[in-house]
Amino acid sequence: MHGRVKVKTTAQQEEEKRKEREKKLKAFVCARDSVLKKRSAGEHDEEALDLTQQLLSSNPDFATLWNYRREVLLHLETLREKDEVQKLYESELHFIEACLKVNPKSYGCWHHRSWVNTRLPQPDWTRELGLCDRCLSLDERNFHCWDYRRLVVKESGVSVEQELQFTDRLIGSNFSNYSSWHYRSTLLPQLRPQPVLDSAHNTSPSPSASPQSHSHRVCEEQLLKEYELAHNAFFTDPNDQSAWFYYRWLLGRAEREEMISCVYVSREGERVSVAFSKPVHAGSVGLMLVLDGQPQQVQWRNAHPRLRHSPVWLCDLPAGSISDTSNEHNLTIHWTDKHTHRDCALYTGCAESWCRDSATDQELFRSELSVEKSSVLQAELQSCNQLLDLEPQNKWCLLTIILLMRALDPLGHEKETLTHFQTLKEVDAMRSSYYSDLCSKFLIENTILKMEYAEVRVFSLSNKKLTTLCHLDQLLLVTHINLSSNQLQHLPPQFSMLQCLEVLEADDNAIESLEGLYHLPKLEEVSLKNNKICKVSDLETLATCTKLTRLDLRGNPVHKTDDLESELSLILPLVTALSL
Amino acid sequence: MAAEDLPSQFDVVILGTGLTESVIAAACSRVGQSVLHLDRRNYYAGNWASFTFNGLLSWIEEYKNQQELQITESEQEWRSLIEDGEEAVPLNSVDSSISNLEVFCYASEEEEQEEETKDLLTCPNAETVSEETNSDSTETQDTVTSDDVTESNVKVQNEENEDSAPKEQLHASDISEHSQSVEEKQPNRSPADPPAELQKKITYQKLLKEGRRFNIDLVSKLMYSRGALVDLLIKSNVSRYAEFKNIGRILTCRNGKVEQVPCSRADVFASKQLTVVEKRMLMKFLTFCLDFEQHPEEYQDYSEKPFSEFLKNKKLTENLQDFVLLSIAMVTQQTLTEEGLKATQHFLRCLGRYGNTPFLFPLYGLGEIPQCFCRMCAVFGGIYCLRHSVQCLVVDKESNKVKAVIDTRGQKIGCSHFVVEDSYIREEQRESIDYRQISRAVLITDRSVLPSESDQQISLVTVPPVESSGPAVRMVELCSSSMTCMPGTCLVHLTCSSSGTAQQDLAPVVSQLFHIPTTPGEDPSEGTGEISKPAVLWVMYFNMRDTSAMDSSCYSLPSNVHVCTGPDAGLGSDYSIKLAESVFHCLLPDEEFCPPAPNPEDIIYDGDAPQAEGRGFDESNDTEANKSQAEEEGTTNETNPENSEAAEMDSVAQETTLDTNPPSEE
Repeated sequence: MHGRVKVKTTAQQEEEKRKEREKKLKAFVCARDSVLKKRSAGEHDEEALDLTQQLLSSNPDFATLWNYRREVLLHLETLREKDEVQKLYESELHFIEACLKVNPKSYGCWHHRSWVNTRLPQPDWTRELGLCDRCLSLDERNFHCWDYRRLVVKESGVSVEQELQFTDRLIGSNFSNYSSWHYRSTLLPQLRPQPVLDSAHNTSPSPSASPQSHSHRVCEEQLLKEYELAHNAFFTDPNDQSAWFYYRWLLGRAEREEMISCVYVSREGERVSVAFSKPVHAGSVGLMLVLDGQPQQVQWRNAHPRLRHSPVWLCDLPAGSISDTSNEHNLTIHWTDKHTHRDCALYTGCAESWCRDSATDQELFRSELSVEKSSVLQAELQSCNQLLDLEPQNKWCLLTIILLMRALDPLGHEKETLTHFQTLKEVDAMRSSYYSDLCSKFLIENTILKMEYAEVRVFSLSNKKLTTLCHLDQLLLVTHINLSSNQLQHLPPQFSMLQCLEVLEADDNAIESLEGLYHLPKLEEVSLKNNKICKVSDLETLATCTKLTRLDLRGNPVHKTDDLESELSLILPLVTALSL
Repeated sequence: MAAEDLPSQFDVVILGTGLTESVIAAACSRVGQSVLHLDRRNYYAGNWASFTFNGLLSWIEEYKNQQELQITESEQEWRSLIEDGEEAVPLNSVDSSISNLEVFCYASEEEEQEEETKDLLTCPNAETVSEETNSDSTETQDTVTSDDVTESNVKVQNEENEDSAPKEQLHASDISEHSQSVEEKQPNRSPADPPAELQKKITYQKLLKEGRRFNIDLVSKLMYSRGALVDLLIKSNVSRYAEFKNIGRILTCRNGKVEQVPCSRADVFASKQLTVVEKRMLMKFLTFCLDFEQHPEEYQDYSEKPFSEFLKNKKLTENLQDFVLLSIAMVTQQTLTEEGLKATQHFLRCLGRYGNTPFLFPLYGLGEIPQCFCRMCAVFGGIYCLRHSVQCLVVDKESNKVKAVIDTRGQKIGCSHFVVEDSYIREEQRESIDYRQISRAVLITDRSVLPSESDQQISLVTVPPVESSGPAVRMVELCSSSMTCMPGTCLVHLTCSSSGTAQQDLAPVVSQLFHIPTTPGEDPSEGTGEISKPAVLWVMYFNMRDTSAMDSSCYSLPSNVHVCTGPDAGLGSDYSIKLAESVFHCLLPDEEFCPPAPNPEDIIYDGDAPQAEGRGFDESNDTEANKSQAEEEGTTNETNPENSEAAEMDSVAQETTLDTNPPSEE
C-alpha cells in the first residue's frame, strides 16, 4: 500500500532493545564494581554519592549501596556547616522520592528515608505526611508506606483526632481496606476510651495521661457510631471481610481477668491442683503454697509433659503432711505476680476439697464478647438478623449472629446456633472442619454451664458430633465423663487435667490416640468401644493410671493383633475386667 | 494555502470535521490513504466544536447573520468543469442544523471598578441577541428595550475576538500550527487563580475578559470509560493528544432537591440517605445486573414489560427505583426490561475503570476529540483546509460514482471516495427525511448545584421529566478545572430530546434548579428563599438537528459517497464511533480500523531526514514529573490493574514533532 508509514519490524525492535539492555547491564556492572572498590578503600566522598545515586535510581533495592551512602553521609556531615547539612539531607530526600517512583515498595528506600529524617536538622514532617498520603492514594495497602507513616505521625505529633479523620477518608473511598480499619481500632481507645469503672483497679490515672495505661475499650457513644459504620459496610458488601473483622473487634474486646479460678486438694494423693483463668507457666509467675501458715517448698508440674503453658498446675505435698483424715488443713495459694491468692480448707474426715469460681458466676464464656449492655448487643443481633433475611447464605453474617447469640444467652440460643452452624458448613464447605470445631467448643461450654447449674460432677455430651475437646481445665472436678457417639479422633494431652476423673465413656468415636489418659490418679473405668485404636503400643499410656481396672476395647482394629490378651496383661497388669 | 497548491487527486475527500468524519479521516490516513479534509467553517469539529466565550458570541452572531442571508448561487463557474459523461451534484452551502437560538444575560453590566456601588436600578434587566422577540414574555423580555448598549457591546467583543481566540479562528491547513495552539493554551489556562477572585461578583465584563478560559461545547456528551470512544482513543494512541478528567459524582433532582446518586460501592457505603437495608437491596440488584444474562430466570417474565415494572417487582423502594431507572440505566418509564438491564450493565461495567463514576470528560471540552483525530490524520499526511468547502460532486454517469469534487475555489479534485457530513446534503438528494431535534441550554452559573468539600468536580445531573411522559433532562455541570470555564463559575450543559423549542423544553428545569436574577447582577442574598440555588449569569438556548436516525437509504447518492450523520442525543459517543467504523469498512474492507500509531522512534524515514524525537519527561516541568510518578506508581498498584490504562489516559499530552510528512503524490 502506498503512502504508508514504514515501521521497524518486531525483530528490529527486539534487536535494538536487546542491545540497549546489554549496554545498560555493562554500565551497571561497571559502576557497581567501582563503587564497591571505593567502599573497601574507605573513600567517603561526593563521587561515591554520585555513583551510588546512579545505581540506586535504576535499582533501589541494592541494600549495600544504601549502607555505603549512609557511611558517606555521616562522614560529610562532620565536614559541613549546619545549613549545608540540611541541604545535603534535603537533596537526599528528593533522591529517595525518585527511587520510590521506581519501586514504591522498596525496603531500602523507606528505611533510608526514616534514617535521613532522623539526621535532618529540621525535618519537614508535613511534607513527609503529604508524601505518605500521595503514596497511599496510589496504593492504599502499601504497608511500607503505612509503617513509615506511623513514624511520621509519631514524630510530628499529628493529633489522634486528625488520624481518625484520615481513616474516615480512606474507608470512605474504599472500605475493603483492613489497614485503615485496623488503624482505627488503635486510635479509638486513645481518643474515646471507656471511662474506668472498676474501682478495685483504680490506681491508674486518667487514660490520656499515659498511653500504656489506657483501656483497650471504647466508650459506648462512640461504639454505637462505629457499629453504624460497620453496618453500612457490611450491608453494602456483606462478602467483604474487612468490616466484619472490625465489627468483631468492636464486639469483643473484654479480656478475662487473670486469677486463680480453682484450687483442689486430694488427701489420698497428697496433691494440690490449681486452675488459672489463663494458661500460665507456673515456674515463672511466682506461685507460693502456704499450708497451715507454713510456706511449702513444692515442685509445680504440668498435668502432661507435653504441655508448657497451661491453665492447670499440680504439685505434690510432702509425704504425710495431710494424709491423716482426722486433721483439718488450711491451704493458701499465692500468686505473687498478680497480688492475688485463693484459700482452700480441707476439713476433718474429708478425702478431698476444693474452692473455686463457677463458670456460671463468672459468665465465663461470654467474655469473648465484651460485656456491653445486653440491650446494645440485642440491637446488633437484630441488625444482623435483618441482613441474614436478605442474605441467607452469607457466612460472615451467620458467624457474627452465632457470636452475638452466645454473648447474649448461650443456652437459650443453643438450638438456633446449631442450625446456623449447619448452614455455615453447607455454604462454606471449605471451612466445615473449622465450624465443627467451633460448634464443639460452644457445645462444651454450654454443657459445662448446664453441669454447673445442676451442681453435679458429671459431664455428659454424647451424640453431638463433637470433633474436638476444649475447656478441659474447667473439668478439673469432673468424676464421670460421657463422650460417646461423637467424632473425636484424639484424647489430647489436656485431657490429663481431669484430675478427679473416675469413669470415662467414649464409645463410638474415631479415637486413635489416648495421649491424654496420663497419670489420672482416680481413673478406674474406661470404655472405648468402636473406636480406631490400632496398636497395642497406643495403650501403653494407660499404664500410668494406677487405679484403672476396667477397660472395654471391643470393636477396635487392635483386635487383629495376635496374642492381644497376653500383651495387654503385660503392659496393663492391673486391669482385671478387660473386654475385647 | 492557495487553491493551486492542492494536489489534483486524493484517495478520500472528507467534508466536515465532526467526530465521525475526523475518525474516518484518521483511520484512512493511518493506513496510507491520501486524505483531503475540508470544512466550510472557520473552526474545527462542526457541531461538535467548543468555543471560548467570545468565540461563542461570534458563532451566535454568525448564526444570526446566516438567518438573514439570502443564498445567492453562482453555478456558472463550475459548470464549465463538467465534462461529457459527467453529472454535477451540487451541495448545500449553508448549515441549517441549528435553530431557535436565544441568549439571555443576567450578569451585571457594571464596569468592574464600579462594582461596589451596585446601582442596580439603572442596569438593564436582560439582553437578547435572538432575532425573534418572543411574544410569550417572561419577565426578562419586558425590559429588552431598556438598553441597547449590551447588544453593541457584544458586537464589539466579537471583533476583538477575531484576534484573541486563535484556536477557533485557525483556518490554515497546517496542522502543526494548530498543535502549537494546543501547547500554548496550557500555561494560559491554569486553574490556579487567587481565591479572592472567587468572592467577587462576576460581571459580564469579567466574562468577556476571561472569555478565553471558557470552552463551551455545542454538544454535551461524556465518555463512557468502557465506551467505543475510549476504546478507540486507547487502541489508536490518539489518547496521547488529550487529557481527561473524571466525572466526580452523579446527581439527581428529586422533589426539587438535588442529591447524590449512589452508584459505586463507595457511594452506597457513604450514602446518608439510604437505610442499610436499601443499601443491601441496591447493591444486590446492581450485582445482579452486572451479569444478568447468567440469570435469565430473574427477568424472563418481564421481557415484554417495561424496566420500571421489573424494578418494582424487585422489591426496590421508590427511592431506589428512581435512582436505577433515571440515573444509572438512564432510560424512560417505557423502556423494556432487557434494554434497561443492558443499560445498567454498561454503566456498571464502566465504573471503577478510571474512578468512582463511569465517565470521563476531555479537558478543554469535547471539541478537543475530533481535533485529536484530525491531528492523527495530519501526522500521517492528511491535508486540512478550513473555510474551504465543496460546491458540487462530479459523478461519472456510467458507473454512477463520484470521480471528483469541485471545491469552493473552483478546483476539480479527483477522488475515489467522498465522505460528507449530513448538513451538506441538499434536499434534492434526500429520499426521506427523519429529523429529530435536540434541545440544548448552556448556562454560566456562579456555583455548583450541590456544593461539597471539593468545588472542582464535574457532575452529571439527571433531572426526571416534569411530566411523566416528557423526556428526562440531562445536565452536565463543569468546573473550572475541567478547563471549560473561568474560576468562580460553573459551565452547565442541559440536553434533552426536543418536544418543543429548546427554551420551552429546558427553561422550566433551569428555573427549578437555578436562581434567575430579576435584575442583572442582583446579589443573591437579597432574594428570599433562593439563596441555596446557584445564580445564572448567562444562558443560551438552541436546538440542534439530530440526524442519527438516517441511514444510507435516506439519500439518493452515488455509492462511493458516504454520509455521516451529526451528533445524536445520547450521553455517549458510541453511535458516532460505530458509524465511523462502518463507513471505514465500506471504504476499505480489508484494512484495520485505527491500528495503534507507532512510536516516533520506530518509524523509518526515507533518505537522510533526521529522526524526530518525542519530548521526553526529562525536559518536562515539575508537575509533569509528578504526573509521571503517579503513572509509574499506578502501574505497580496491584490492587487496581486498570490503573495503568488510567495513567495512559491521564498522561500529559506529549507533543510529537511528527507532523510534517509531505503528502504523497502517488
